[in-house]
Amino acid sequence: PLWCDKVLLRASRRVEIAYFSHSQITRLYSRFHSLDKGENGALSREDFQRIPELAINPLGDRIINAFFPEGEDQVNFRGFMRTLAHFRPVEDNEKSKGHDASEPLNSRNNKLLFAFRLYDLDRDDKISRDELLQVLRMMVGVNISDEQLGSIADRTIQEADTNGDMSISFSEFIKVLEKVDVEQKMSIRFLH
Amino acid sequence: RPGSSVWGWCFDQWHLSAILNNVFFFLSVFHFSQRFTTVVPESCMLILLGLVLGGVVLITSKKQPYQLDPGLFFLFLLPTIVGDAGYFMPARLFFDNLGPILMYAVVGTLWNAFCTGFCLFGMKAAGVIVEAGLMEFLLFGALISAVDPVAVLAVFEEVHVNETLFIIVFGESLLNDAVTVVLYKVYISFVEVGPGNVQTADYFKGIASFLVVSIGGTLVGLVFAGILAFVTRFTKKVRIIEPLFVFLLVYLAYLTAELFSLSAILSMTFCGIGCNKYVEANISQKSRTTVKYTMKTLASIAETIIFIFLGISAVDKSKWAWDTGLVSCTLIFIFVFRAMGVVMQTWVLNRFRLIPLDRIDQVVMSYGGLRGAVAFALVVLLDGEHVKAKDYFVATTIVVVFFTVMFQGLTIKPLVKWLKVPRSTNRKPTINEEIHERAFDHILAAVEDIAGLNGYHHWRDKWEQFDKNYLSKLLMRKSVYRKSELWEAYQKINIRDAISVIDQGGNVLTSARLSLPSMASRTSFPEVTNVTNYLRENGSGVCLDLQVIDTVPGAKMEVESETHHFLAGNLYKPRRRYHSHYSRHFMTTGDQERQEREVFQRNMRSRLENFKSTRYKRYKKDRSQKKRRGSDVKEQEANDKPRLEREFVNVPYVCADPIVVPLESEEEKGEHTEPEKEEDVGITFVARKAPETPKERPKSVPAALEVCQSPSVFPPSPTSAEKNLPWKGGLGTLPVCVSMEATKIIPIDLQQAWNQSISSLESLSSPPVPAEPQHPRVSALSRLGGPARIHSATVPVTGLGSAGSTDTSQGSVLKPQSRDMINYAGHTGFPHQVCCMLDKHGPI
Repeated sequence: PLWCDKVLLRASRRVEIAYFSHSQITRLYSRFHSLDKGENGALSREDFQRIPELAINPLGDRIINAFFPEGEDQVNFRGFMRTLAHFRPVEDNEKSKGHDASEPLNSRNNKLLFAFRLYDLDRDDKISRDELLQVLRMMVGVNISDEQLGSIADRTIQEADTNGDMSISFSEFIKVLEKVDVEQKMSIRFLH
Repeated sequence: RPGSSVWGWCFDQWHLSAILNNVFFFLSVFHFSQRFTTVVPESCMLILLGLVLGGVVLITSKKQPYQLDPGLFFLFLLPTIVGDAGYFMPARLFFDNLGPILMYAVVGTLWNAFCTGFCLFGMKAAGVIVEAGLMEFLLFGALISAVDPVAVLAVFEEVHVNETLFIIVFGESLLNDAVTVVLYKVYISFVEVGPGNVQTADYFKGIASFLVVSIGGTLVGLVFAGILAFVTRFTKKVRIIEPLFVFLLVYLAYLTAELFSLSAILSMTFCGIGCNKYVEANISQKSRTTVKYTMKTLASIAETIIFIFLGISAVDKSKWAWDTGLVSCTLIFIFVFRAMGVVMQTWVLNRFRLIPLDRIDQVVMSYGGLRGAVAFALVVLLDGEHVKAKDYFVATTIVVVFFTVMFQGLTIKPLVKWLKVPRSTNRKPTINEEIHERAFDHILAAVEDIAGLNGYHHWRDKWEQFDKNYLSKLLMRKSVYRKSELWEAYQKINIRDAISVIDQGGNVLTSARLSLPSMASRTSFPEVTNVTNYLRENGSGVCLDLQVIDTVPGAKMEVESETHHFLAGNLYKPRRRYHSHYSRHFMTTGDQERQEREVFQRNMRSRLENFKSTRYKRYKKDRSQKKRRGSDVKEQEANDKPRLEREFVNVPYVCADPIVVPLESEEEKGEHTEPEKEEDVGITFVARKAPETPKERPKSVPAALEVCQSPSVFPPSPTSAEKNLPWKGGLGTLPVCVSMEATKIIPIDLQQAWNQSISSLESLSSPPVPAEPQHPRVSALSRLGGPARIHSATVPVTGLGSAGSTDTSQGSVLKPQSRDMINYAGHTGFPHQVCCMLDKHGPI
């Protein structure tokens, strides 16, 4: 219904205006609307799963999950934008203002946190060997054996693990990627 | 008359080679003074040298016989450099920045060309500079405005700006060739028919020909890339010609494009970029190394020749005519318009860029617009009949090239430092970065899909799907295609670690091991999963691998890096590295002699000790056997003696073993004691030996006694000690203590430790070995001890062999064709090393 759209749009604008311009919000809203087959102002997992490219994306389902707050199976436009806001490029003025309130969603740490959560299924703030193996298994073909994958996982964890608990905590995750240009590699350009 | 010309030719050739010899001598002198080269780029010095040489030749022979010949330049010198640049172009980086690169290459070059041409014409109208037509100035503007790949490469390689900046400037210099070629040809034809006869249709023809030249050149390149990749799919039996194919086809791409008047540089660049992924996957590791070093060598030779001859050509006064107005105007215009062009285009581009190019980047990009040999060759090619002002143009071009390469090349480094431009870090990615960056790519593609944006990541993802499903299937060997990229990356990282360990650690063990307190820990660590793991566990002892140290943050890292420096400062230099630093001018032999003497003395002393103790123990043993009945206590005292003897016991058996491995059924056949045999298959023998020893042990203990009677008969073999190393046999029953005597007499045995770490690495990295029929004894053994060890013992040694010989042939080794590997291992350095060690330390 139209009034619902407007309310939603206004609400989201108020909150997310810091992240997206007006035209971007409009564009994203129309995308949101076209995804929303149930027309109830919220997206379900099925709505996401209908996107054909996600079906062939190795991490597709994980990324879909990342859109949903814990324990919920609906995401409204605000939540949708909130997740997408992670991928806005960092701009100079944002870098400088940073400290006044909470960290912006598209800060380096939040971008990394988003990636980290994809691995961390049980939300214990640690990537265990099993969790890493699952993701690795998603990202490699069938031609690679379990032992090989296991050795990759072992090495990955050893490399990142500093406190010896054989898992990667978020701080270790940040540390191990500190030389990577995350700001660029985790950003996409939303059209103006 | 013909005779004299032949003599003249011979003289010229002689002269030329003398000059080149001089050049290379001076080059070595340049390298000699390292501080000098860090300040002055090599290209500057080469030009200066060329000027000096040209001057000398001019004075002595009163004429200038040499010049940078455009034919030679375009046919041979340029393609070597472009081929190298294209083949080793970082493809991902290039395509990530393709937009800006194309923009600068096409729009920027056009802008520069037109502005420079028209403004020069304007200056002529103002009467400041020489008389020439509009078309001639436009022609000159076209050839002078293109940024030159050779110069950019020569200067930027020494500056190390960050990779985005580099790829934009360098990519531009490569891709602007199409624009230059078209403009040049169009203007030449305009000049030839006369400006009055040019019709409107001709301008459109010019635009059309630009499209044809650029797109056609690219297509030719891609077609050859496809052919090359496809051909290398089938060279498995003829590895030796793989590099040849690469050179020929990449060069052929250049020649073909040149033949059809398409952009040859574009063609070659795209051929290189396109084929690299598939070719590198298809050809063997040795071919890869050959291609790499040959290309780099040829390119640097070509670069040297180009700059030297630029200098030499400048001396020839008969070829050029000076016009101060033209020279100064051109210098000012190209600099101003370059800067303006960059600023304007960046402004446009930044509206679309994720990470905008900031002011500093723009300064470096404007300042890095170097002109070079391409412009010079083009201007020399001009026809003096039609272009009356050719001589003035030549002079101006020479000055512009010299100014940009020398002045800007000289000052760009301080400028970059002063502006604090982010530098590139020459760092290999860690496995974490490999994995997570791949995940990032997937995430971005998915997010773009969700947000409904068909952005860059969307298309890149599409392309990767296509590449994976069709292209790679068509162009890659099946065996390679099946391998996962992630796995490849993992292997590469592991191999790199292994090599660095061998490089730095291998000799630590052979020469300085006695002074290392970590010996005990090294011999008793329980399980090695891979080299890095091993290094981390024993970080205090032998962690010389900086890569690993890097990944261990915190205080631990400091300690380890301290250890590293301590060790690096105090350990003997590994032999191989030693020689690589050999220099004619630095007398380092004193060090080497000292080191050799020390090691030699130490080894001899240990051998003597060992010899003495052996005899003593044998004596004691005899005595104790007599007294055995009498007292148990005494037997306890002599406890470690049989252990020692066991090592010697196995020596004859060891020597007998070599044939065993290739033919698994003939395990116990031969009785070969000739060192020759051992050299051939020594390695393999070690591999299979370990699991089999325990069964033999009971038998051989008595034999040991006999053996020890005349120890000099048997060349000590590495395996004797190895058997007693606890991890090797994987038998709990073995005493943990490793007899030091054994390690002393055969220094190489310590390589077994490395061997082991490598072996576990290899066993991990090799795809699951198809269950081979196990010899009953072997399987029995595996029941007894470590079952996983058997495989790890078979593959590994070859790994050490190749890594030890530092020819970086791991890639082929790692493939599961173990039979091949065994043969192959026979030809690598390792057996040779064994043999040398045996020769040296053998009979006592």
